[in-house]
Amino acid sequence: MKRGPSTFNIAAIALGMAFLYLPILLLVVFSFNASKLVTVWGGFSTRWYGALFQDQQMLDAIGVTLRVGTVSATIATVLGTLAALALTRVGGFRGRLLFSGMIYAPLVMPEVILGLSLLLLFVAVGAPRGIWTVTASHATMTLCYAAVVIQARLASFDRSLEEAARDLGRTPFQAFFEVTLPNIAPAVAAAWMLAFTLSLDDLVIASFTSGPGSTTLPMRIYSQVRLGVNPEINAVSTLLIGLVATGVIAAYLIQQRQRATTDRV
Amino acid sequence: MPWRGLPALAPFLWLAAFFLFPFVLVAKLSMSDIALAIPPYAPRLDLSRGLNGLVAFVHGLDFDAYRHMFEDGVYAASYLSSLKFAAIGTGSLLLVGYPMAYGMARCPPGVRQALLMMVVLPFWTSFLIRIYAWIAILKPEGLLNAVLGWLGLPPVALMDNDPAVIIGLVYAYLPFMVLPLYSVLERQDESLLEAAADLGCTRIETFWRVTFPLSLPGLAAGALLCFIPMVGEFVIPDLLGGSSTLMLGKTIWTEFFANRDWPAASAVAIILLATLIAPILIYQRQQSKLMDTP
Repeated sequence: MKRGPSTFNIAAIALGMAFLYLPILLLVVFSFNASKLVTVWGGFSTRWYGALFQDQQMLDAIGVTLRVGTVSATIATVLGTLAALALTRVGGFRGRLLFSGMIYAPLVMPEVILGLSLLLLFVAVGAPRGIWTVTASHATMTLCYAAVVIQARLASFDRSLEEAARDLGRTPFQAFFEVTLPNIAPAVAAAWMLAFTLSLDDLVIASFTSGPGSTTLPMRIYSQVRLGVNPEINAVSTLLIGLVATGVIAAYLIQQRQRATTDRV
Repeated sequence: MPWRGLPALAPFLWLAAFFLFPFVLVAKLSMSDIALAIPPYAPRLDLSRGLNGLVAFVHGLDFDAYRHMFEDGVYAASYLSSLKFAAIGTGSLLLVGYPMAYGMARCPPGVRQALLMMVVLPFWTSFLIRIYAWIAILKPEGLLNAVLGWLGLPPVALMDNDPAVIIGLVYAYLPFMVLPLYSVLERQDESLLEAAADLGCTRIETFWRVTFPLSLPGLAAGALLCFIPMVGEFVIPDLLGGSSTLMLGKTIWTEFFANRDWPAASAVAIILLATLIAPILIYQRQQSKLMDTP
């Protein structure tokens, strides 16, 4: 569409963006509030950040979340890449319908169902609940997102490059690592980041599958939030939002630059 | 080549073990009875007794949990209320998301990219935190009422009730509605609009007769993407809704964590799944079509 935006269009965008960003902005602003009350501005202060770093339970939860996120995102990215390859490269194989069903269904499946079913699995096989059960559960949930992101990139990747490598005597394995992987690397990186942030955010699945000593950050935040609004939660939320926003914007800029380079070639 | 599906093997096995098989367990448990044991249900499959163990196990299964659900009106109310919330939420999202997506599609390409980025960014930030942010705004002595009071307007009660849940749903799912709508609107051929104008359509007629019908696939994708997870939503009704707000996600959570009634939680999960299976399959077909024909 080439017709420029009308006043109505601009108003719709502005209102929509305000709706999306105002609550987050207020949350960040009030994390620097000296007063304990959310509606009263008591001056600028970083005391809640100080309190945060004194809170051992919170720090432990952050540690658990980072470990779970890193390991589960890595598993999800490796399996997601394989799944994406199978979905784009291989026309029909036995069980393809079931396979693509298993890839797309978790994207929309309510988390309570996923959490409950995974918990029953761990109980049935007698696996002690803890950091590893949360990790495996997160890998399962995020592998589907990773597969979809990588699949989109693979669909636009020129297959003849890989065929050329095969003609030049490379094994399929070598061709993948020397030609395909470097080409889809940005999507693989994006998939890892998406998997990591989804793991970082998850409350429901973690609540079902974690055990003693593996309380994740969202679980900790949730138990505090149930008691009411608390400036320390604002502080930890602000840090989390800052971390994720920096990562996403950096990834966006890298992609823009890469697009500019490929366009020139 | 018989080994073409080889790369699929590892993810296939993983998903079969961690996604497909657990559903069998949920179905099985929904037919078990609650018991004072760890884990708190009976019967348990005792394979050491061989075939007799299996027979005893199958005889122990029944539909008590389901019967109980039909007899207790709370479950039916919770079921209907979940569908109602998801339907109102999806409708409201269309009203908010469509003008946004439409406006974005009409912006110059450079601006479009930045706006798209801005819509996606909140999706990456924690769901829980974004809902938490609304508590400070909506609660009785919160920011919204402070602003209203400052303007000399009467305060509104928008916390711990159903309207608060709708606000939360619209807020949390807005990116999922805007993105599919934007992607169909952005690809629309402008010459169609010119043709409609040449044939004497006003701008509003052109919108309703050309733009809107052509955007229906995006609208369907967005609506499914929002509706399905909304039906089973837990965090939003739990934090923003009141004690009278009933939703299936919350019911499963309460049965499981508060009442420790695992069979009841499983039965609710099975009913939720049975309700969502048709929309999920439609969504899946749409996705595969979209992916297979780039």
